[in-house]
Amino acid sequence: MNLELLSHEWLVFGLGLAVLLADLWLPATARRGLGYAAALGLGAILLYSLLAVKVEPGTTRYAFDRMFVLDGLALFFKRFFLVAGVLVLLMAAEYADSFPTGLGEFYALVLFALTGMLVASSVNDFALLFVSLELITVTFYILASFQRTRLISLEAGVKYLILGALSTAFTMFGIALVYGISHKLNFGDLAAVAAQYSGNRLFLCGVALVTVGLGFKITAFPFQIWAPDVYQGAPSPATAFLAVGSKAAGFVLVLRVLFTAVPAVTAHWANLLMVISGVTILYGNLCAIPQRNIKRLLGYSSIAHAGYMLLGISALAVSLGNGAQPSTAGASAVLYYLSGYLFTVLGAFTVICLTLRHVESEDIAALAGLNRRSPLLAATLALAMVSLAGIPPLAGFFGKFLLLKSILTEAPGHPGCYWLAFVALAGVVISLYFYFGVVSAMYWSRETPGLPAISASRPIRLAIGACAAGMLLLGVCPAPVVGFAAQAVQTLAPAAASSAAASNSVSQVKGPGGMWPEKTPKKFQGISNIFE
Amino acid sequence: MILTCILGLPFLAAVALMFVPRNFRVVLRSVAVLATFLSAVLAVYLFATFHTGAPGFQSEQQFYWVRALGISYHVGVDGINVGLILMGAIVAFAAACASWEIKDREKEFYILLLIMAGGILGAFASLDLFLFYFFHELALVPTFIMIGVWGRGLDKTYATFQITLYLSLGALIALIGLIALYLQAGGKTFDIPDLTQRLKEHPLADSAQGIIFPLLLLGFGILVSLWPFYSWAPLGYSSAPSPTAMLHAGVLKKFGLYGLIRIALPMLPDAAQAWMPVLAWLCMGNLVFCGWVAMKQKDFNWLAGYSSVAHMGFVFLGIASLNLIGVTGAVLVMVAHGFLAALTFGLNGYLYQQTGTLQMDQLGGLARRLPFIGTALVMAALAGCGVPGFANFAGEITVLFGAWHRFRVVTVLACWGALVIGAVYMLRAVRAILYGPLPEKWAKVADASTFWRKTPFVLLLAALLCFGFFPRLLADKIAPSLQETVLAPWPATATAGVSPSALPPRQAAAPVQTARRPALAGSPAPAAEAHPSPDPR
Repeated sequence: MNLELLSHEWLVFGLGLAVLLADLWLPATARRGLGYAAALGLGAILLYSLLAVKVEPGTTRYAFDRMFVLDGLALFFKRFFLVAGVLVLLMAAEYADSFPTGLGEFYALVLFALTGMLVASSVNDFALLFVSLELITVTFYILASFQRTRLISLEAGVKYLILGALSTAFTMFGIALVYGISHKLNFGDLAAVAAQYSGNRLFLCGVALVTVGLGFKITAFPFQIWAPDVYQGAPSPATAFLAVGSKAAGFVLVLRVLFTAVPAVTAHWANLLMVISGVTILYGNLCAIPQRNIKRLLGYSSIAHAGYMLLGISALAVSLGNGAQPSTAGASAVLYYLSGYLFTVLGAFTVICLTLRHVESEDIAALAGLNRRSPLLAATLALAMVSLAGIPPLAGFFGKFLLLKSILTEAPGHPGCYWLAFVALAGVVISLYFYFGVVSAMYWSRETPGLPAISASRPIRLAIGACAAGMLLLGVCPAPVVGFAAQAVQTLAPAAASSAAASNSVSQVKGPGGMWPEKTPKKFQGISNIFE
Repeated sequence: MILTCILGLPFLAAVALMFVPRNFRVVLRSVAVLATFLSAVLAVYLFATFHTGAPGFQSEQQFYWVRALGISYHVGVDGINVGLILMGAIVAFAAACASWEIKDREKEFYILLLIMAGGILGAFASLDLFLFYFFHELALVPTFIMIGVWGRGLDKTYATFQITLYLSLGALIALIGLIALYLQAGGKTFDIPDLTQRLKEHPLADSAQGIIFPLLLLGFGILVSLWPFYSWAPLGYSSAPSPTAMLHAGVLKKFGLYGLIRIALPMLPDAAQAWMPVLAWLCMGNLVFCGWVAMKQKDFNWLAGYSSVAHMGFVFLGIASLNLIGVTGAVLVMVAHGFLAALTFGLNGYLYQQTGTLQMDQLGGLARRLPFIGTALVMAALAGCGVPGFANFAGEITVLFGAWHRFRVVTVLACWGALVIGAVYMLRAVRAILYGPLPEKWAKVADASTFWRKTPFVLLLAALLCFGFFPRLLADKIAPSLQETVLAPWPATATAGVSPSALPPRQAAAPVQTARRPALAGSPAPAAEAHPSPDPR
């Protein structure tokens, strides 16, 4: 037992309890201050994490009989979630007026969901995976329907509850199947035997069902159906946390399950992942075109971004399938992309939260004239849209560049990667249309005259400034985060390499897709003959 | 360091403008004009002090940006881009001067214009693949916003979306090609000289070249309005505010051509060799088809847009010829057309500002009211039809000489397309706008009278004439660098049969070589061999 490894979780959980208790004694007027205090507390924990917690690159430390792991990847995501938590709490404090009651509970629930995410980043066992997933999902059922007086918020909560419960059932069933076949729950043990079960249908079915549950979290096609409704209905801070925290938790679990628990299976699933990635990108971007509600638009856009990040996952899977020393460029690209996405999406939602908190319709047209009402907010939202569209010098551009690079790296061994890259590119071009639509609504559409200027408190200005600075800094000096991300995924590589080697030696199978032999493309003849 | 100043000044000014209150209009304008003026002066200095014929790059500067991926900030000039940087800086200055027509939200406009100018100069100066693309995108986005906000005409929104989607698609296709190239070359470095050297020593397999080259050709082709991907250009330019059109049509568009010359030709020589006949025939679409369409235009802005598309055909033809003369000519045309396009769109903007329309049947007789603008327009039209004395002539004739060996039919058609069709539409336009009876409603139209109104036009015309009379200023710089880097895979390019007078002296003095590489020998179109056409000149 190694409790100090769980220091982040204990601290955040303790903070949540403290907020819950403080809520009992504080007068109603001080509630907003409670949010700032909680954000400050999280900031302190983040500082502690940056200064005091160290993980030697490439090493892993375990707790709870290897259920819980602290390695570079875990630490990267823990800090990521803490940053997200601070910004979301600030946003929630600003949004406080819109909650009739229970503001203290809202902060506490955010902190409990955060604890779940922190645990998720260290999962090394299917049992713990389920616990962390439930902790996140159950708190989000409440967060999504927190505005009990708004019908649309309740609808969002119910939809999330039903579909979330369904996906949890899938996950549970999958875990049961995996355990039933292999008698293993620990990822390390499982990796050692995964290769010999990679032909077993029930085992594959179990892994597939777990993946379904995770696909629900990351809003990958075809498990994305809940996202637009819930994003639209949930209160803005909850939506923002769902878009960043819950999705990132899904991605860290995908990385852990697919690449440390069952790499031998994943090696055969490259094609499946590529198809999911391509369809998710196209679905998200195409469905976003006709949207008029800004939060719904961001819901579809978040589906599309899940698709982009799956490019990196697919690249890792393809490289695993190719058998040689797999390159972790795909995974580190996902990590970088998530970091950029964090600042971008939180920036966008903070602006939306401030601008539309007194407006019933969350229509894009309601943004008209934002430039005159508050240049700071308009500029931040414009930056966020441009970054989501992937235009330099912002974070989104470099992230997409890294993802495309990772998938094209695998293209010589797997020509399908070229197609996937083109699909991603088509998605980017489509997305320009609706992201620029938002920018144009703010800057050059006809506005209703006489709308008051939007006031923003100092802490929220700070949060907005941090988001804008994050987008710019990550885009202009990507080197530190790229380095940190590359270090974080190091622990994935040796595990993947050894088990891929095992998979090659043990079973020369035949899973869906099979191993991809290096095709020699037909000799390029040139078109010149036509004209000569 | 001087290069960093040239491209950094506009960025610096853009940042400075963010802190200037929007009602200080004179300050906004002066900062923008001053920054572009200083960078133009530095570019002239760079051009003047360039060591002609010295191998390698000059004024280089390099430091790491993302070391893990081999991305560095690396800028430098050789003979190929020194002229382009000069042209870009001068056009940027002219565009900043011509921005007086913007009356609304000037602050944002100047910031975007400066970012665009800095991005353009950065793209031409960079010697790192990533930086090259990065700067280009940085310049492209302000273009879209400027068309969307300050554009004119009813189709403004449609034009904005079309140009945004079309050009982004082109840029992204090129990006995939560039990443694939980087990965194929080992995935260690984005440094262009380093990559060129690497790929010279270990050329890529034919299969890899055969995938990457079409990607680059298509991506860059879309950015340069290669036929049949040109439809964004006339619409976009007719809707753009004139400073934007000047910068985009003049300079930014040359990015794709520069990319082909700097990256695609030297790094993928075999595929380039195979694809050049295709390119040669596609550029016929630009020269003849778009020229023909230009003849049918009623609106002078659309005519200028199509004519700018048509002129790109010369550059493609020069590149397709793959020999020293042709590619040198291509670079000459790039520089000359940059000045010319900026001049044409600047004049269009002036006319539109005064009259509110560019429908040619509504204009007429304006030469009487606008002696200065009218003269400049006539000179621009003459330069556009390739009259000797303007830089365009020097470039176009060199391209035609270079292309003759490989593509006789295409060259003959190009002569017709360029010289006859070009002359027809340009002279017709001049007649319709400047001569004939002056309609009553234009009696109050005012000529450019102040120094600042005249400056951009005078400067651009002077540049056109300067390089028209002394093309050696450019050609002497371009040819050795091309020979050293770009055309190294084709060492013994044919120079036979070219009249020495039109050549840079270095080549004219070189022994005439009749023996061509076997690969080249079979390439001229058989039709041309069967029916030898008379020399176009």
